[in-house]
Amino acid sequence: MKILVLINNVPDTTTKIRFTGDNTAFDTTRVQWIINPWDELALTRSVELKEAGAVEQISVANVGAQITEPTLRKALAVGADDAIRIDAEPKDAFFVANQLAEVAKDYDIILAGIEASDYNGSAVGGMLAELLDFNSVSAVSGLNIENGELVINREIDGGSQVLSISTPVVLIVQKGIAKEPRIPAMRGIMMARKKPLNVVAPADADAKTTLVDFTLPPPKAACKMVDEENAKDLVALLHEEAKVL
Amino acid sequence: MSILVYTENWDGKFKKLSFELVSYAAAIAKEMGSSVTALSIGEVADNELNKLGNFGAAKVLNVNDSRYNSFDNRALSMAVASAAQAEDAKVVIFAHTNLGKAIAPRVAIKLDAGLVSGVTELPSNFSPFIVQKKVFTGKSFTNVQVDADVKVLTFSQNSFELVETGGTAEIVAFDPQLGDDIFATSVKETNKVTGKVLLTDAEIVISGGRGMKGPENWAGLEEMADLLKAGLACSRPVSDEGWRPHTEHVGQTGKIIAPNLYFAFGISGAIQHLGGVSSSKVIVAINKDPEAPIFETADYGIVGDVQKVIPQLIEGIKEM
Ligand SMILES: Cc1cc2nc3c(=O)[nH]c(=O)nc-3n(C[C@H](O)[C@H](O)[C@H](O)COP(=O)(O)OP(=O)(O)OC[C@H]3O[C@@H](n4cnc5c(N)ncnc54)[C@H](O)[C@@H]3O)c2cc1C
Repeated sequence: MKILVLINNVPDTTTKIRFTGDNTAFDTTRVQWIINPWDELALTRSVELKEAGAVEQISVANVGAQITEPTLRKALAVGADDAIRIDAEPKDAFFVANQLAEVAKDYDIILAGIEASDYNGSAVGGMLAELLDFNSVSAVSGLNIENGELVINREIDGGSQVLSISTPVVLIVQKGIAKEPRIPAMRGIMMARKKPLNVVAPADADAKTTLVDFTLPPPKAACKMVDEENAKDLVALLHEEAKVL
Repeated sequence: MSILVYTENWDGKFKKLSFELVSYAAAIAKEMGSSVTALSIGEVADNELNKLGNFGAAKVLNVNDSRYNSFDNRALSMAVASAAQAEDAKVVIFAHTNLGKAIAPRVAIKLDAGLVSGVTELPSNFSPFIVQKKVFTGKSFTNVQVDADVKVLTFSQNSFELVETGGTAEIVAFDPQLGDDIFATSVKETNKVTGKVLLTDAEIVISGGRGMKGPENWAGLEEMADLLKAGLACSRPVSDEGWRPHTEHVGQTGKIIAPNLYFAFGISGAIQHLGGVSSSKVIVAINKDPEAPIFETADYGIVGDVQKVIPQLIEGIKEM
């Protein structure tokens, strides 16, 4: 089995969100970049499966400019065998999925995160599956390989399921796929320097959407406080003033 | 030309969210001089299908086929795309749920459409088509322009008022004619959450954090949830510690919810937690630390000990 893990380079989850150019672009100054949290869990599970002997090779792929290379190096340090960077500024999910389709065809399992923590698109994995005409399973919270057969846990709206599906397949993963993201060890970081990071020229593709501008949510009114001793008053406020009880 | 809505049902009954989607679609159809076709896949009885008319669907395409119960993503997207083509749909609307997120991107590719996921408002403009969505996990919004003839949207639940029109829909059987070989997903086991309010459907959510101190202290929150027909949620460390099941974890890496009322008991209000709950209409925080960041986001708050506050709230609710 060969696994490809899609790696998105996103701002650290505590980043203060600011915009430039009259609110038309995200301000990337002073931003710390990280592996998208779900991609990091997908990678962690892949490494566990490789250690268990169920997977032979793990590649990681990213569509991005050169600034994403530290993130790919980190993925190599966590345990991927090789990395692919498609050298293009990601325009939208359609564009990114088309780029990835060029490098993804030869894998048995492709793992994508359920969303990216920046633009919250939830789209690349599904689009890629469709472009490749692969099966796909979304909201995957567990993956095991038993005698070459995939055993998958997924969340449905209101429960969970255990299922199997044939490869090649795109699995769109969420929380639960691995317990904790794996932190690269010193040895991993040293080895990562020698692992291949191949830069590929982008394919011809358009975007189908453009982000016109950004707005921040309006500032909230001050929190209305109730005394600990009179906590019952809160029930009355929620009932009569906020009308939500 | 039409606006197509992919409805979701649960054991043959539509979720409230499906009616919300139809209401939203009807508002778009009005602006575009079009009409709403709702697509129902699964085993839903006619009297239930009729309800969609009352929220603005002119037509219901009914795919009554148990093979789709396995939620095979490829088969579902083929069925939706063929309905969209048959109805000449210019806008196809899904819910921003696990299922909607799974199939909308595939359908967008099939229809050569532009996809916007997690929309919260009606389009602000139709030509060009511009619609707002949340980005940075609720920390900001963006206006997205779609540069394609067909638009696919996933709609964030609890963002649009239900509108009852008193209308009726024409119900038409629809068969996308898929062979058995398309259904590749083989479900071995399904565990449904029963007897509890689904967290993502709940209008009131009661959530506990590390300040609850341990799983033995959840009885009060469970009692409140019963009294208010509310869903239960928790912060990440609480599910990581195994105090509560993972299905209750909300936040950036857990479930994203937008109830009318969110209670945070002993939750500090970390940015990753707020990412999953900040779209709630009213947030209530109970925390012993007056400096806890949750109070910056909350609408109502009590600085105090959860153990002292919870019994009083229960009493208040019972008297209500
Ligand atoms: C990449 C990433 C993703 C994450 N995703 C999520 C996520 O999805 N969801 C999530 O929740 N977290 C997430 N986190 C973790 C997040 O940063 C916080 O650590 C977490 O939300 C804190 O949980 P808490 O509020 O329950 O605990 P704490 O931060 O420990 O807060 C406990 C609070 O309880 C109060 N308290 C204590 N005792 C009492 C008492 N007797 N009465 C009243 N109040 C009391 C304290 O004052 C404190 O404010 C993520 C972190 C990272 C790095």
